[in-house]
Amino acid sequence: MLEVRNLYLSLNGKPIINDLNLHVSRGEIHGVLGKNGTGKTTLAYLVMGVNNYIPSAGRMIFEGEDITGLSVSQRAKKGISLAWQEPARIEGLSVRDYLMLSGNSHGVKEVEDYLSVVGLEPATYLDRYIDDTLSGGERKRIEMASIMAMEPKLAILDEPDSGIDIVSLPFILNCIAKMNERGSSVLLITHSEKVVETAHRVSVLCAGRILRTGEPGEMSLWFKENCQPCAHVNEPEKEGDTPQ
Amino acid sequence: MINYSIEKEYEGMVDAYQKAGGDRNALLGKETARLVIHENRVLDSSGVDGLKIETKETGTGVEVYLVVEEGVRISYPVHLCFGILSKEGLQEIVMKVNAKDNSEVNVIAHCVFPNAAKAIHKMEADIEIGNNARFDYRETHYHGDYGGIEVIPKARVKVGKGGVYQSSMTISQGFVGKLDYDFEVFCQEDGVAELVVKAYGKGHDDIKVWEKIHLDGAGARGLAKSRLVLSDRAKAEVRGETYGNAPDARGHVDCIELVNGTEAVAKAIPIVSVSNDKAKVTHEAAIGSIDKKQVETLMARGLDESEAVDVIVKGILR
Repeated sequence: MLEVRNLYLSLNGKPIINDLNLHVSRGEIHGVLGKNGTGKTTLAYLVMGVNNYIPSAGRMIFEGEDITGLSVSQRAKKGISLAWQEPARIEGLSVRDYLMLSGNSHGVKEVEDYLSVVGLEPATYLDRYIDDTLSGGERKRIEMASIMAMEPKLAILDEPDSGIDIVSLPFILNCIAKMNERGSSVLLITHSEKVVETAHRVSVLCAGRILRTGEPGEMSLWFKENCQPCAHVNEPEKEGDTPQ
Repeated sequence: MINYSIEKEYEGMVDAYQKAGGDRNALLGKETARLVIHENRVLDSSGVDGLKIETKETGTGVEVYLVVEEGVRISYPVHLCFGILSKEGLQEIVMKVNAKDNSEVNVIAHCVFPNAAKAIHKMEADIEIGNNARFDYRETHYHGDYGGIEVIPKARVKVGKGGVYQSSMTISQGFVGKLDYDFEVFCQEDGVAELVVKAYGKGHDDIKVWEKIHLDGAGARGLAKSRLVLSDRAKAEVRGETYGNAPDARGHVDCIELVNGTEAVAKAIPIVSVSNDKAKVTHEAAIGSIDKKQVETLMARGLDESEAVDVIVKGILR
């Protein structure tokens, strides 16, 4: 479904993505495991086409079509979407409207179901705004619900568990499983062993390059033994860094 | 100037009122107080028990006296509709409001200028909110696409002890034209004032907003809030002033102006002043472009960039 070939990106002169190759199959939850600053979020942004990240070399092929030069909207219309690690707050946009516009033709009933999947009571949340009045965890869960509503062919989930309390984590994991059951492939970016267990396959990312790919248990162990003690990371990227 | 028959005038005003988001049926119900003014002619006026509306036509407008009797809570919102249907015209509204002690009323006003190419709408309001009274005034404008309307609303408001005055003005449909908004509120002990202006400036729109709140009584609270979005060559200047003059007075000035494009110009001048060591007044003013991450969040849901910007603008002006 998604083929990333020999991808390169530098930010402020530093290589962040460095000859990255990745294959996500149709129907697969593909985990990308890596420490902070190894290029995980940059990879998510590159596939979605946001934050002015344009690769200096390489190609991204989605369902046989080169999407490297497409805009964010064009990629979304082809069935790719992104749940941000820190979702944007938008004043005056209600949860209901946000989920409805994500889901195109969905009705209120479906929208309520998506909120329930992420453990939020529809009656309490539908008329609230996705602004600063929501906690980080609430906003994050609404972001996941909006991705469910969109039913994308490929959902890119950037650290879906960050900011989520332990009690709510099962809702997020259930949401990922449900998304996948309903036909979405998932590119699951995380550094959590718990979250990566939901994946079918996992790739370990270090210094902007995939080191190896395998089944989750094996890759988690390898990550723990090799990556966690290692200081070999890129500089953490900041939004707005200039691609070169 | 076009001459309308009374019926046509009324029908035209009601049509425009509906386009501005007003409820046509609300202008027909017997239990609803209402006032419809076209240019300097009163087309409909009706009070309800405990609320009196008196009018006097002048050469260029109408004098309006609105009184809410002491202790009366008006169940349904009062509907006001002012406007000019012609391309040219002048409408001067002089309004005196007296919401007596312990009264409560919501007013929904729609100001409609659908064809204005060279029209002026002025309002001079003198508003008195009694002790523990509550007066909520929501004004929405519907301007056409000619950009030839000049709107000059000015109000002086006195809020009695424990009284509440809330006012919002929204111009998001059509061109703003020229807006010169100047509201000043004086709050006594435990009085509350909230002034909100929201506008979407396009073309050559020229927007001036001046919100002033004087927190003169102990425990008085005030919010001067503005949300402006500017495109094309529109320009705006917002002055939000709050004065904390009494113990435990709390005030806040909150101004956000978003500039979409390279030619629009936004300016914000927040003034906060405290003359009592137990008062506290804060402000936040932000001027910038529309947040790229917000736009991309919506684009990642399949919206085009312009659609995404539209959703964000509507949210800010909601």
